[in-house]
Amino acid sequence: MSDLYTLDFSRISHADFARVGGKCASLGEMTQAGVAVPPGFAVTTEAYQAMLDHHGMKAEIERHLTGVDPFDIDQVDRAAQAIRIRIRSHKLPADVEAAIRSAYAAMGDNMPVAVRSSATAEDLPDASFAGQQDTYLWVRGADQVVEKVRDCWASLYTTRAVAYREKNRIPHIDVLMSVGVQKMVNARTAGVVMSLDPVNGDRTKIVIDASWGLGEMVVSGVVTPDNFTVEKVLMEITNRKISDKHVELVGDAEAGEAVEREVPEARRHIQCLSDAEVVAVAALAKRLERQNKCPQDVEWAIDADLPEGENLLALQSRPETIWSQKKAETPKKTYATGMMGIVGTLNSALTVKR
Amino acid sequence: MDAKTPLFPSAFDVKAPKGAEGWEGLYPYYTRFQPARRKEDDAKFWFCNSQHWPTPLRPFDVIFLDFAIKCLGQYNSRHLLVPPANGIDYRILNGFVYFSPVAVAPENIEARIPQFLDRAGHYFGNWGDLYANWKKKVLAMIAELDAISFTDLPDVVPVEWVKEGRGLDNTNALFEAYDKAIELSYKIWQYHFEFLNLGYAAYLDFFGFVKSQFPTIPDQAIAKMVQGVDSELFRPDDEIKKLARLAVELGVDGALMTGSVDEALAAVGKQANGAKWLAAWKAAQDPWFNFTSGNGFYSTDKYWIDHLDIPLSYLRDYIPRAKAGEQIERPTERLLKERDRITEEYRDMMDEEAQAVFDGKLGLARTVFPYVEDHNFYIEHWALGVFWRKMRELSVLLQGAGFWNEADGMFFLHRNEVRDVLWDYAAAWAIGTPNVGSAVWPEEVARRRKLVEALASQPPLPALNDPPEVITEPFTIMLWGITSDAIDRWTGKGDESGGLKGMAAAPGAVEGIARVLRSPDQLGELQKGEILVTPVTAPSWAPVFGKISAAVTDIGGMMSHAAIVCREYGLPAVTGTGTATAKIKTGMRLRVDGNTGTVTILD
Repeated sequence: MSDLYTLDFSRISHADFARVGGKCASLGEMTQAGVAVPPGFAVTTEAYQAMLDHHGMKAEIERHLTGVDPFDIDQVDRAAQAIRIRIRSHKLPADVEAAIRSAYAAMGDNMPVAVRSSATAEDLPDASFAGQQDTYLWVRGADQVVEKVRDCWASLYTTRAVAYREKNRIPHIDVLMSVGVQKMVNARTAGVVMSLDPVNGDRTKIVIDASWGLGEMVVSGVVTPDNFTVEKVLMEITNRKISDKHVELVGDAEAGEAVEREVPEARRHIQCLSDAEVVAVAALAKRLERQNKCPQDVEWAIDADLPEGENLLALQSRPETIWSQKKAETPKKTYATGMMGIVGTLNSALTVKR
Repeated sequence: MDAKTPLFPSAFDVKAPKGAEGWEGLYPYYTRFQPARRKEDDAKFWFCNSQHWPTPLRPFDVIFLDFAIKCLGQYNSRHLLVPPANGIDYRILNGFVYFSPVAVAPENIEARIPQFLDRAGHYFGNWGDLYANWKKKVLAMIAELDAISFTDLPDVVPVEWVKEGRGLDNTNALFEAYDKAIELSYKIWQYHFEFLNLGYAAYLDFFGFVKSQFPTIPDQAIAKMVQGVDSELFRPDDEIKKLARLAVELGVDGALMTGSVDEALAAVGKQANGAKWLAAWKAAQDPWFNFTSGNGFYSTDKYWIDHLDIPLSYLRDYIPRAKAGEQIERPTERLLKERDRITEEYRDMMDEEAQAVFDGKLGLARTVFPYVEDHNFYIEHWALGVFWRKMRELSVLLQGAGFWNEADGMFFLHRNEVRDVLWDYAAAWAIGTPNVGSAVWPEEVARRRKLVEALASQPPLPALNDPPEVITEPFTIMLWGITSDAIDRWTGKGDESGGLKGMAAAPGAVEGIARVLRSPDQLGELQKGEILVTPVTAPSWAPVFGKISAAVTDIGGMMSHAAIVCREYGLPAVTGTGTATAKIKTGMRLRVDGNTGTVTILD
């Protein structure tokens, strides 16, 4: 199989990062580092590019956008919508479609998958914010997969994205997109873990949000998740808040989609991760932070179909951006050393824990 | 609350427990709250040091309260001139000990700094040599103590003494031996503090720095970076483990498992390899069985070497575990690796400049810390063990002379009263009459014994008068865990959960059944897997830490014995809860969370 249009996560190398986007690159990197990641493949930017080059799509898109006033939201909206419809209805180049179908078939028979856009550098700066990107869960069958890949590509032309690029004079056609196709996790519990405390940037803490079912409920803020703080060096749980987790998103194999359902009363108020699992999730974040050499924001899930001890999967890992940047700005302190340090310690109101 | 009502009662309003009226006569005038000084004493905050003195003192036992506190003070105030801190004032109330740290007036702090830099700087700069010399001094003193003996006055002065024209009698040796024992123990207490305050100061400096880098870092993580793994405090326990292994190897373990000490040892002697094991058993005793199940401050302390049933019972715990293939030895290599990992990971989170400072302060803290741990073996266990043994011999001797009816009678007298008894004994011997004390002390000792028992019936108040706005005295915080938070806990402030809050002293969380122990004599009651709940623990309880699943104490800070040993044994510990032994009953189910410092009673 050619690696031009699709690339298995296990084959993604550093050199491929630009053509698979941030999300797939991180999945590839994790896969190769031996982190448990659901298997899958990236539809490369070359595939997207091939689609654009096919039958004059590029020219069509440019035509739709010519003369659009970026500050006239109605105009932008009309143009963006037209482009999206065009991308969705466009028949793919035969070799691209064949590559996607073949990569999907290699995953297994009718495998339920998640299809997600994997943005490249020139995307919206806040696109990586939770919930902004297109994600299609529990997709089944090659036809469906191809359709969702097209939907992801089309999402490059949301009204917001178009307006943003117009305002910032970023040539639309230069922005490329990769799409990740990944085996669907049958999540018993899932969530997000940050390898620092997002409230204050404390790097000695790992903070976990977790709720029943797929992690989208946590990411989108529909439920108040259980919240755990783990001390990063001692790897001990130092704080826990168990919340009322009223809804969960679970896969419906029959319907071929993820469905939202109410959590039965008996499960709503109980801790959705065992203490050992909390520590395992924290260890995963710590490991990824170390691998990537900066604090990480990781999506994870506990797969109900996998045996205990092997059931924790990383779904995505990306650098934490807020505190990691702030850190450099903290003013330098001077420290008293030697005997003066001791004198200072004795003279100060030490460890008054108020 | 009324602004004029203090948070804790005044010492002068505290009543004696029933049956203990008149307890004041048990203790010297200078240890008591004197009505003539009420104004001064009411203006100070006093906290009960039930960590070091968990039960009411017998009159003789005031000796080490006197010596310890005086010697702690002298190093702060006269040797080193610790800028902000003088000594710690002390009083006895209802048999319990109360402390009040004495601060240096702010305007005088500055002037002490150059002196401190010179004096303390010399110690830090020459730590290794001075500490090596310290060990020499202490060992010499222990040898001197050990050489002391008390013998009955003979019927007649030896005839050689008469013929050589000595002109003196046997009473001199008796007086000298007693005075020498007291003097040596006083010197030993001075040595006890020679390095200790400095050790704590260096540790606190490191502690404060790490806290400034990581404000939420658990105290226990900082302790783990500094703590050694080969402290001599762990040696006695290690020796028992070695003996257990050796017994299994030599096939004498079965013989050891039943009967009294004498019976078991005799049974071992009959085995083929018995003599080899007995030699090892004998060799371990000096010095490692100079180990108390208390803390060395009480005449009632039981030292292993005098009560071989204690080490034997620990041996009997270890033998089946060793046979079952368990690793009973402390995993020192793993502990050391863990200490390096923890240190490295925190260091990695600092910027370069901070890393350099960290390295310096950590280096000093690690240099001084072995003293902080090891002195306890040399002084409290070894030296004081020898002292108490000598005093017990004297008490028995005087019992023989009719001064009291029980072997421990002497300990109901103050040390200076004992000097009077020796005079009475000597004078009556010389005069040729019965001693007067035989008519006085048996009844008085019985009366005092009852008073001490009555005092023990009522737990002490945690504190007296109003606490200061903040508690800043470093030693108070470090050793006794007396922080502003602790005081809030005692007064019930911030206690909404119905659970108990204490110091998160050793990490981990477990659920289990409580076993409340108030004295080391009860250690045998502990069942495997129980949670130990006690006012305070001593390092010599180490072997029981192999049995329990967690420890909870009323009193104690991060560096209290329970905290150190629990971290070493990987057990959760919550220290300084104030009231755990009062609120928890044996048999209750508890959840102990050593990460957050909470103890929850589950049913």
